[in-house]
Amino acid sequence: MTSKTTIPVHLDINGRHHTLELEPRVTLLDALRDRLGLTGTKKGCDHGQCGACTVHVDGERVLACLTLAAQAEGRTITTIEGLAREGELHPVQAAFLEQDAFQCGYCTPGQIMSAVACIREGHAGSDEEIREYMAGNLCRCGAYPHIVAAVRQAALEVAS
Amino acid sequence: MTLELGLNQQPAHTRQGSSIGQPLTRRDGFLKVTGTARYAADNHPPGMLYAVLAVSSIARGRVVSLDIEAAKAHSGVVEVMTPLNRPALATDPDAKDHPFMFRLDLLQNDGVRYPNQSIAVVIAETLEAATEGAALLSPRYETEPARVGLDGAESFVPRGVGVGNPAVQQMGDVEAGLESARTRIEATYETPAQYHNAMEPHAIVAAWDGDRLSIDTPSQGLAMAQGRIAGLFGIAPQNVHIRSPFLGGGFGSKGMISGPQVLGILAAKLVGRPVKLVLRREQMFGPVGHRAPTRQTLRMGMDGEGRLTAISHHARTTSSTFDDFFEPAADASHTLYASPAIATSHDAVRLDTGTPLFMRAPGEATGSIALESAIDEAAHACGMDPLEFRLRNYAEVEPMTGKPFSSKALRECYEQAAEAFGWAGRPLEPRRMRDADGYLTGWGMGTATFPAIMFQAEARAVLRADGSGLMETGAQDMGQGAWTAFAQIAADGLGLDIDQIDFRAGSSDLPNAGIAGGSGHTATAGMAIHNAGAAVIARLADLATRNEASPLFGAGNEGVLARGGRLYRRDDESRGESYTEILARAGLAEIEGHGKGAPDPTSQEAYAKHAHGAVFAEVKVDPDLGQIRVTRLVGAFAAGRVINPRLVRSQYYGGMIWGVSFALHEEAVTDRRSGRIQNANLAEYHVPVNADVPSVEALLVHEDDPHVNALGIKGVGEIGITGTAGAVANAVWHATGVRPRRFPIRIEDLLG
Repeated sequence: MTSKTTIPVHLDINGRHHTLELEPRVTLLDALRDRLGLTGTKKGCDHGQCGACTVHVDGERVLACLTLAAQAEGRTITTIEGLAREGELHPVQAAFLEQDAFQCGYCTPGQIMSAVACIREGHAGSDEEIREYMAGNLCRCGAYPHIVAAVRQAALEVAS
Repeated sequence: MTLELGLNQQPAHTRQGSSIGQPLTRRDGFLKVTGTARYAADNHPPGMLYAVLAVSSIARGRVVSLDIEAAKAHSGVVEVMTPLNRPALATDPDAKDHPFMFRLDLLQNDGVRYPNQSIAVVIAETLEAATEGAALLSPRYETEPARVGLDGAESFVPRGVGVGNPAVQQMGDVEAGLESARTRIEATYETPAQYHNAMEPHAIVAAWDGDRLSIDTPSQGLAMAQGRIAGLFGIAPQNVHIRSPFLGGGFGSKGMISGPQVLGILAAKLVGRPVKLVLRREQMFGPVGHRAPTRQTLRMGMDGEGRLTAISHHARTTSSTFDDFFEPAADASHTLYASPAIATSHDAVRLDTGTPLFMRAPGEATGSIALESAIDEAAHACGMDPLEFRLRNYAEVEPMTGKPFSSKALRECYEQAAEAFGWAGRPLEPRRMRDADGYLTGWGMGTATFPAIMFQAEARAVLRADGSGLMETGAQDMGQGAWTAFAQIAADGLGLDIDQIDFRAGSSDLPNAGIAGGSGHTATAGMAIHNAGAAVIARLADLATRNEASPLFGAGNEGVLARGGRLYRRDDESRGESYTEILARAGLAEIEGHGKGAPDPTSQEAYAKHAHGAVFAEVKVDPDLGQIRVTRLVGAFAAGRVINPRLVRSQYYGGMIWGVSFALHEEAVTDRRSGRIQNANLAEYHVPVNADVPSVEALLVHEDDPHVNALGIKGVGEIGITGTAGAVANAVWHATGVRPRRFPIRIEDLLG
């Protein structure tokens, strides 16, 4: 790879600043996973169809596979690795664990990032609303009833 | 070489004495909610290159050209692997030494025998370069017409179906039974091709060191994968080390090592550097198995009291042109309903498709939706409530064999699920119920069943002088909860608290734990763990009871029990001593024991062993648009001993949601002209999303089974699909009066 095919990209991820030399075609997902070793964010389809790669960009949920890394320049990115504070699980993480809201765990980082945003957006008011606003994250194991329970529990904790 | 995973042991909930039966949270849960559980594709050894498959866009023919120069000219591309330069293998990938050695496509020639077959591998410094390189290959083909569909070729009767069951089986005289019947039904149902679509695509990171191979790849059967790879490369199995601590779902598609995984190993060999190869989602529709489509015809006869006089179940299925796997759909009729005559048969056609494989409840799922629909039709033909009809035909012994059941709490399942659902008072006739918004409302039910299978497994147990324990077995966790449930069994087997033991699994250098499949992993590897624990405790008891200085002296092995890190005299629990004291006196740093898990041939011969359940579903259908929503699902399951109710409930939910998916969502659509799959992606191959899934309840019905194994475990991984798919279909009929005969149920079928 020659230098003329790459561009410098500045990424602010989980409170840390990174400067990468990337080809413009590199997605945010592949930059996280392959360049920065942040492999908690998963690739399930690479087409924006499954939600496994959900991260937050400026506090909003975004599909990292459909976002070029260069598009995230200068914006604040949070991944699953940046959710727990000083070893203390985020209430959504704790609720997923408590409610058994996952089985294989592969979709879980994306589910949790979506759930945090779902609560923040005010879309966790009822089970029906949670189901609708969590519908962009596929779980092939079928953990949905427990995901709803976890989001409900975490929403109450966040509110209190 | 064992894995250091850092499993979190903290969120262990209150226990009462033993670990088995306690609803502990997952020991791998902390890693999974923090994104630190390392799946195969998360590995990145130094110097690693990226490999991307190029796959065929035709179903049948041969590749006549690839623009290898264009691919190689792309910046970052290191090598292109084709049949011309693929490293040699020690054995032919088309050789088949036994029925479970599936033929693999490893660039052995230029032939194409199904769409999405691997035709080249591009290896590059970056994923982007490898991906672009694969696109630049621009393959040209000589194309032959594709054979497609259940009538796409001449049919034949396979030598065996499923794991080698006879394709045709008969008990009693079915034609006489049908002849003598007061009421008869005959119906034909079609089920589609389905693809496992685990969320984690098949992935491999392979690194060679001389003739030693180190692999990260998801595997439901580490020892089998190790053996297959060793055979292909002509190296000793112990030279192949596979790490598979977490599978991002398997559902059968990671049971056998697949062609693309081996191509990753070949690519690493070709370039002499570690290589990562991850399937793209669309590439999972071909080389990694699927559930074959079926067309099933059921004929049933009933006497004047609604008793079955005959069941005939015939299934047509498909396989590939080059290998054998036949969905044993009709065998679902062997176990559930009493009938003096039962006949099941299969035939098949060979199509230009990847070879079908085991997919969660292979045969049971496809057969169940047809059988449960037909039973519903039969009940209605007799003017009977579907639950009453099923109870009238309750099998007290296994109908096909006449064997008694090792245990069968199906009556309790019917009773408890019906009660929780509120089944009483359901109108017999369809299209009688509407909700407040005018939606047609229907209630349906299905019976669930799955055999209690055991394979072979081994485990190694160690007790250490510091009072801690170790249990090792190469078990596989694909989400069912092996890390937790096996640690619970290990803790009880060692007579220790779960926090005092180290449990190791997920690596091929540990004792062979058999396969995580057939809902048999917990029973099989669980028994190996249980027996290894017993063996090491026996050694410890031997040390104590033979030593005059021990308070246990003279008690004999049978006279002591192990609990909480101490051995006690059975007849006087005030007398005992700790493991630490016993080992210190003996001057031993540690002692070990080994155990095996396997089916008991005597009880296997004497008993029919199955888990059972009952599922009730409510659906609502828009009377104008035909749109179907499942609004309630209640299941009750009896599957022997429950190791961890929290995890078992999750398994039942997952299975039931697969049942909803079978009835309403999943279908791979093949283009009849090209033979290609038209919806090979997660947007158009529909699996349920959260908004598709209603309120679900799963009741755990108590069941003691003294015959299946010493722990009384049957298995819970697959039973949830069975029963549920039929219950949803029957509820759709009850709502609309239209009997679903092809799946998934389509809006146009309801409006037709």
